Parts: sequence; structure tokens; C-alpha cells
Amino acid sequence: MPELDEVKQADSASAAEHPFEVERIRQDFPALTLSVHGQPLVYLDNAASTQKPVSVLDAVDRCYREYYSNVHRGVHHLSQKATDAYEEARRKVQGFVGASRAEEIVFVRGATEGINLVASTFGRSRVKAGDEVLITEMEHHSNIVPWQMLCEQTGATLRVAPIDDRGEVILEEYEKLLNDRTRIAAIVHISNALGTINPVSRMVEMAHSRDVPVLVDGAQAAPHALVDVEALGCDFFVCSGHKMFGPTGIGALYGRWDLLSTMPPYQGGGEMIRSVTFTKTEYAEPPARFEAGTPNIAGAIGMGAAVDYLQGIGLETIGRYELGLLEYATSALSAIPGVRLIGTAAHRASVVSFTIDGAHPHDVGTILDREGIAVRAGHHCAQPVMDHFGVPATVRASLAFYNQRQEIDRLVSGVEKVKEIFN
Amino acid sequence: MSELMDLYQEVILDHNKHPRNFGQIEHADHCAHGDNPLCGDQLTLYLKMDGNRVAEVRFEGQGCAISTASASILTEVVQGKTLEQVESLFESFHELLTGDPSVVAEVGPELGKLAVFAGVREFPVRVKCATLAWHTLKAAIADEDAAATTE
Repeated sequence: MPELDEVKQADSASAAEHPFEVERIRQDFPALTLSVHGQPLVYLDNAASTQKPVSVLDAVDRCYREYYSNVHRGVHHLSQKATDAYEEARRKVQGFVGASRAEEIVFVRGATEGINLVASTFGRSRVKAGDEVLITEMEHHSNIVPWQMLCEQTGATLRVAPIDDRGEVILEEYEKLLNDRTRIAAIVHISNALGTINPVSRMVEMAHSRDVPVLVDGAQAAPHALVDVEALGCDFFVCSGHKMFGPTGIGALYGRWDLLSTMPPYQGGGEMIRSVTFTKTEYAEPPARFEAGTPNIAGAIGMGAAVDYLQGIGLETIGRYELGLLEYATSALSAIPGVRLIGTAAHRASVVSFTIDGAHPHDVGTILDREGIAVRAGHHCAQPVMDHFGVPATVRASLAFYNQRQEIDRLVSGVEKVKEIFN
Repeated sequence: MSELMDLYQEVILDHNKHPRNFGQIEHADHCAHGDNPLCGDQLTLYLKMDGNRVAEVRFEGQGCAISTASASILTEVVQGKTLEQVESLFESFHELLTGDPSVVAEVGPELGKLAVFAGVREFPVRVKCATLAWHTLKAAIADEDAAATTE
């Protein structure tokens, strides 16, 4: 297979310039040493969630053991330490996404909550009957349903920019759908079902030329690509800690200050107020305004540690290594007769989605699992994408920088086994 | 690997590839739709009754090998059975998939063809695939009761 050889050469050339020792990296992740059904685990479900390095586990553990307390409240020593660590984590996330102010970062439960927050508060104050919200056909359910709910509540209309058969947004259609009724556009940076990398800055430019603010769903981008909200030009950006090697239950919303500071609160409670009487409550400035109640303190600190870990390796190094692996996986899988790749965009990251003739993805998932290989089989919370390609589900292998070529080889053998059973 | 072979027995693979009684029944007495939102399996079951007995069952839809084979075999085994027999068969089938192995040995013989699904026991997440058609059949039957009450 000449294609594979070419990839290998290209990869070893870049590896010489930027040594990336995957074996050493793997030692940072205790879960990668697990065995499943008597086989060494091959974890290829990173788009669903990622494994955690020791530094993240330690950061969470240390928070609870060494300086845990509530934040922003006490004058005592522990409260001060916990508050410092929590705010330090916010600054780390700020640096990670390239925001100009730490106050533009709101800690949320995950990308889903970030989108719901914007749909609910920005939406409630800016979207009215007759207005439009624009999304794309390749969105995850989390970037569809909150906008649908907003449209139901306000009488606005949800418009959907179509994708082509490679899994790329048809930009001309997207541009045509932007009009003076459009109040917000919400687009995914990297598709979780197809791996497509959208031309986000171009799409933001198109929207901004119509004065339409843009929310970018960065859940899949944050662990794989260098994110810079200033360069993207987006108005909101969301990501999830657990998809970028951090803890579950924590994520971040970036909001441009002039928008964030004029948005009404999301939830009411402690922490988000300046003063409360029974007749009137004054709300705090962002980010506190959007962080009602005791936040996920240890989670935020863990997410900060995940940012440190990622930056320690370097997102550019990660992106380069993963691209080589993705090309290897794509070539190897597409060389198998009967395998159909779903999503063949020119620019992709991390995800290979495929079907096998005669074998349902659910059965493929079970057979691969018995080989110790963890993949996702299903609609990946992107049913409209499945509908577009006329499949009920796909098998999705999603990569991280700790994956290796020999793991792809085992996936390929697993697929061959599926074909033996279902011939 | 042997557990996989137990799961994907020849009979199951054959019914998956060539599902029996696949399609609609025109003027069905009852029909119900079933789906498993987790994996996207979905099927529609059509039922024709002859008094208290199942005269004919057909199905259409798409799903994994286990759910397709289960629906296909269901259409064969319930034909001619009374509603009580269908109910008891489903109970035994469910027991086969989820129950205590020693009890299963006792209920085994009456299951007949359904015994090929014994391997599903080792794959708890696939039990729903095997029972989808049966739950849908129950829904179709319940719908008949509801219609009868309205009249």
C-alpha cells in the first residue's frame, strides 16, 4: 500500500524534528494499562471521553486532601487557598483558549451547559418571535436542542446550514442563510461524528458581516487543536473538561466581555449576587453572575491541571502526531473491502467513522469489545448527520495523542474478525 | 472468542441475513413501533389475530443482528399461539436472557428455537436488543386491549 508508506515517511520526518515519545506519554495514564476481556485495552473512544493523566488525578486529590474549602466566602486560610487555586484554574483556561480577560471565562458543567447558558440568557434577552437562529447539519444534539428549545419559547425559527456528502458545511448555503433576522449562529469547530474541521474563522467573518454573533462548540477541538478565540473571532466558545483529559462535570464558557456583561443571569442563587433584598437583587459582574451556587471547585482545578498537561506537550505537537495517526487509520480502514468511511472532509481531526457491509455497528462494537478495543457504536448524539448519510449508526474510532499505530493495527484485525463472523 | 460464537450462532446470523416474515400486513389488526434510542434499532410489528390466537406476525425496520434475528424468530414462534402462551413464552425468554442459569435449564425445553439466544446472557448490554421485538409485540397486544375498552 503506497499510501501507507508515504504517511510513514512523512511522519518519521516530522518526528525527527519534534520527537514525540508516545510510550513515555502513555505512562502518564494509569487507565491505559488496563486489560479488557483478557486483552490489553485499546482505547479509541476519546471523542466520548478521554482518560486522565496522573497530574490531573493528583491535582484533584491534592485539592481535597490539602487545601479544600469553599471558595470566595471565607476569610480563613483554607478558603483563601481554595479560591486562589480556583481562580488560577480560570486563568489557565483563559490562556488555553486565548481570551484576553479571565473574567470572560465562566466555569460550567460542560460544553452542553455552556450552550444552554448562552441559549437561555443571551437568547432570552435578544431573540424574539420572527427572529432566526442558525446552526449546521453536523451539530451534536447539544448544539441543536438548546436552540430548538429557545425557538419554541420565543417563536423564533431554527435554520440549518446543510452539509455535502464529504461532511463539509456548504459555505454558500451557510452564507445565504445568514440574514438580518439571524440573531445568533452556533457552529461546531470539529465534528464529533465526522471529524470535520470547520473553517470557523471564515464562518465567523460571514456572520459578523451581518452583525450576527457566533457560538463555537469546541468540545472536540480543545483536546486536538490550538484554540484561539481571538483568532477565530468568535463571540462564545464552549468546551468540556472530560474531553480534554480533565475531570467530568466541569467545562468552560468563553464569552466576549461586552456580550457577557450585558447578559442576564442563568441560574439564581448564592455567589452570583452583589446584594439581595426581598424587593430587589443586584447581580454580580461576570463570571460570578453565571456561577450560582458552590462551583465544581476540584473539577475546575483538575481542568486547570489538564490544560497544563496539554500545554506541556504542546497542542501543535499533538495535532501533528494525531494527524499522522489519523491518516494511518484512514488508509488502513479504507483499504478493507466492505468498509465505508462516513465523513471524508478535506480537513479532519481525530475521528474515523465507518460502517461495514452486512454488519450493524452495534454488533461491530460488541465484537471489538471482546478484542479489548473500545469504540463507540451508535448515532454519536448526531442523528441528523446519520440521516444525511442514510445510516442508522456508525462505528467511530476516535483518537488521542496516547494512541499508537499498533492499536490501529489491532482495530483493523478486529474489523477482519467482524467480517469473518458476518461474512 | 467462544462467547462471541455463542452469541452469533449460525441460526441468528441466518435470520439476520434473511429475516423471515419481513414486511407489512395489510389490514393488520394491530401494529406497534418499537425503538431502542441508545443504539438506534427500530422496528414496526404487524399483528393479525384469529380470536385469541396469533394468526400472523410480520415486521419491518432496521437493527443489529441480535434484534433483527430476535424479531424474525419471534414471528415464527408466536404464530398460532394464544395470548397466554405468548406471555408465558416471553417470560421464559426473558428468564433465559437475564435469569439464574439453573432455572434456565428447567425452562429450556419449551423455548424451542428461542434457546439460540442463550449466549446473550454473557452480554448484558445486548439484552435490550434481544427483547425489543417482544416488548413491541406486547405493546401491539396492549393496544388491542385499549381499543376493546374504548368500544
